[in-house]
Amino acid sequence: MSDKRTASVAQLRKVAKVGDAASSALQTVLRPARNLGFPYRRPSRPKGVVMPPEKNTLGSDFDTAWARKAPARAARSVITRGPMAAMVKAIANPEVEGLDRLHDLLEQDPLPAVIFAPNHHSHVDTPLIISVMPTEFRKKLVIAAAADYFFDTRVKGTLSALALNAFPIEREVTTRKSSDELRRLIDTGWSLVIYPEGGRSPDGWGQEFKGGAAYLSGRTGVPVVPVFIDGTGSIYGKGMKRPKPGATKVVFGSPLWPEDGENTRRFNARIEAAVTALGDEALTDFWTARKNAAAGANPKLTGPEYNSWRRQWALAEHRKLGKAGQRRRQRRRWPDLG
Amino acid sequence: MPRPGFVHEVDRSTPPVLFWRGENFSLEKLPVGRSRVIYPPEPLPAIKDIDGAIRHALLNPHDQDPLPALLFPGMKLTIAFDDVSLPLPKMRRPDIRQRVIEAVLDLVAAAGVDDVHIIAALGLHRRMHEYELRHALGDRVYDAFHPRGMLYQHDAEDHDNLTIIGTTDHGEVLEINKRAADSDLVIYVNINSVSMDGGWKSITTGLASYRCLSHHHTGETLQNTKSLMGHREHSALHKSIWRLGKVLRDHGPKLFQIESTLNTDMFPEQFSFINKREWEWTAKDRATYLGVTKGLNMLPVKARRKMFHDIQSPHQMTSVQAGETSAVHEITLAKVFEQQLVPVEGQTDILTLGIPFVSPYNPDSVMNPVLVMCMGLGYLFNMYRNKPLVREGGVIIMTHPTYRDFNPVHHPSYIDFFEQVLTDTTDPVVMGQKWEKQYAEDEWYRHLYRTGNAYHGVHPFYAWYWGAHGQQHAGKVIIVGGDAPTVRRLGFTPASTMDDAFEIASDVVGRTPTISHLHVPSLLVADVQ
Repeated sequence: MSDKRTASVAQLRKVAKVGDAASSALQTVLRPARNLGFPYRRPSRPKGVVMPPEKNTLGSDFDTAWARKAPARAARSVITRGPMAAMVKAIANPEVEGLDRLHDLLEQDPLPAVIFAPNHHSHVDTPLIISVMPTEFRKKLVIAAAADYFFDTRVKGTLSALALNAFPIEREVTTRKSSDELRRLIDTGWSLVIYPEGGRSPDGWGQEFKGGAAYLSGRTGVPVVPVFIDGTGSIYGKGMKRPKPGATKVVFGSPLWPEDGENTRRFNARIEAAVTALGDEALTDFWTARKNAAAGANPKLTGPEYNSWRRQWALAEHRKLGKAGQRRRQRRRWPDLG
Repeated sequence: MPRPGFVHEVDRSTPPVLFWRGENFSLEKLPVGRSRVIYPPEPLPAIKDIDGAIRHALLNPHDQDPLPALLFPGMKLTIAFDDVSLPLPKMRRPDIRQRVIEAVLDLVAAAGVDDVHIIAALGLHRRMHEYELRHALGDRVYDAFHPRGMLYQHDAEDHDNLTIIGTTDHGEVLEINKRAADSDLVIYVNINSVSMDGGWKSITTGLASYRCLSHHHTGETLQNTKSLMGHREHSALHKSIWRLGKVLRDHGPKLFQIESTLNTDMFPEQFSFINKREWEWTAKDRATYLGVTKGLNMLPVKARRKMFHDIQSPHQMTSVQAGETSAVHEITLAKVFEQQLVPVEGQTDILTLGIPFVSPYNPDSVMNPVLVMCMGLGYLFNMYRNKPLVREGGVIIMTHPTYRDFNPVHHPSYIDFFEQVLTDTTDPVVMGQKWEKQYAEDEWYRHLYRTGNAYHGVHPFYAWYWGAHGQQHAGKVIIVGGDAPTVRRLGFTPASTMDDAFEIASDVVGRTPTISHLHVPSLLVADVQ
């Protein structure tokens, strides 16, 4: 026993010696560089001078044009089909409905640009919708992503642009620049996923829709496809530390075009109503949802009006009806009768 | 702009012509100078905004109030739709029926109607499998209605749920589905692939009982149906159905008929050579043809069958109209003929037909020998207006392997019909008198029809009657490439090759007969002057 311990101590000493030697060699190499000054290093700033403001390259100013060029698209295609699809399957196990409603769009040549407008509960939503949508749209797809969250550092921004083809937009006020750029992208055939709620749900219920999708559709004339995503909130909702695998359902709705004379606000309300009806369809069935829609009785995505523990309580009941509830069902165990 | 159909006179430079042979094809050389090939018109362009067109049809019907005006809360509404026999091959999802029914349900929901039943109008056809219902109606409609018992299939033998509407002046009793009869409104969702379908035929056959159908589905009636696809006044079958339709209109529930027509874009891109004229085949088409035919020869029959029945056709809607049945049907017929009609001068001594892998009675199933007869003499022979393409006493040559093979789940009574009835007689009138009742009232067949996926016991008789006029009209029927004993059982003559068939035909039509070849697919109706 003592022989073994002596041998392992000797080995550790050897490793430590090698480490010391490597460290001193590195210092020897780097010493001349450390001594080098400007222009090899950043210039010192004289006192009393006013520096011109640095050009911001983060947030909504993050340049993502490179992510729509061929090499990045090829890389993204590999990422989407490989690790992303595997991750979505493992974590979210999606069931997809309503793709037939996109049939007429898919038949058009050239393929028209489309604005997908899903509800938003989780970071899983984006990879999920990318992996379940028809490949034709996926090939030329931009994701509108919160500039303050996904593009606040260079690494996050680069990864988001490469893997998701994310495009930075301000959550609260869409700047003229990002709005013009999105219009330009749509006009050149890029489809867009934009979350009209503006961000993930803070409490598990949905939020009021903002008018971004309706505005862009009105300006460009492309249809908005309402999408309802169910189940991602309990997989990796806002505030969760790590994902909890479960089942999800994605329901695509019929494309909507702005009607003659319809302003952005009204069209936005129609998009919200369509996603709400799809939510009802996902939890019940097509006929019940249509009847409720006609009577204006689809359960609201934003949940009950009251704001107390009862809201959370109702959320738990609501989730039991959907895909998230399926995970909680106990497996039946039959008694062993010998 | 699609090109119209045309008649090509075969000359020395004409390449061999494509023939169906069941689950394969062949190229046959037709005699020069006395043969002609009738090519179908190219597919008409589909409607661009199909959902918009459907909605427009529902809101602007012919000779009828707009659909929303016919709906009210508390009413009893029945929606009936054509079964799996249409269209062929099955169309890519979403099916027309799904689109129409979803559009109807939108209006129905807005009107606050709760009591809605959706019924597959089978007549005496087999019940549809769940996957077929899902294909025709879409998952949304199926999942919403089927679990609640609001989507089901018509049962022509459920006497508790059938009701008599009235009797025609010819003594024909109209007995239809009770739920439909008791409804405040019946909406019928139809697909018109051929001019024979639609109109009053939709409800008076699709939702009728055996008793009702037995008035006009007889050997005599079909022998006197001289124009199944053309003029109704020359069709004893349609005259009877229109009489029943009058009874339905006068004494039955309020009806709202929705009819749609399809273009003839029947096969997907990988089979593009099928729809082309042979001299227009590109190198790719030729390579595809060779690859397909050689490949199919190496496959077992079951695999070939599966491959063909899995085809989902790209054909699309060319028109949709709604309203009063007769008014709607006239527009539908005009649209069907716009797509399918080809003017042809005069009759010939011989008509050649390639028989495909599918008929209206074997979707996802086996094309058994009885259905080969039905498809050849019942359907393809009848694809004419005015006069048949072949003269009376002429010869019909068909190409098909004619296996002695049946699907026991879908066609149980066909097996006994082939072994018992056809060994006794091939005369439709005689077999009707001698055998039909026994098959129609057989308890086991009735049970299989009502609870399984079998065609009604009497259905092989109806399939046989369908070819009654062709059988009576032709002097001889030859099947090229068929199983010889099976072909003889059908009362036809087997031949190994097309040249042999012409040789055999010379006994009837002489050494230099004139020949017409009906180039199917796609669908065409020869307007014979």
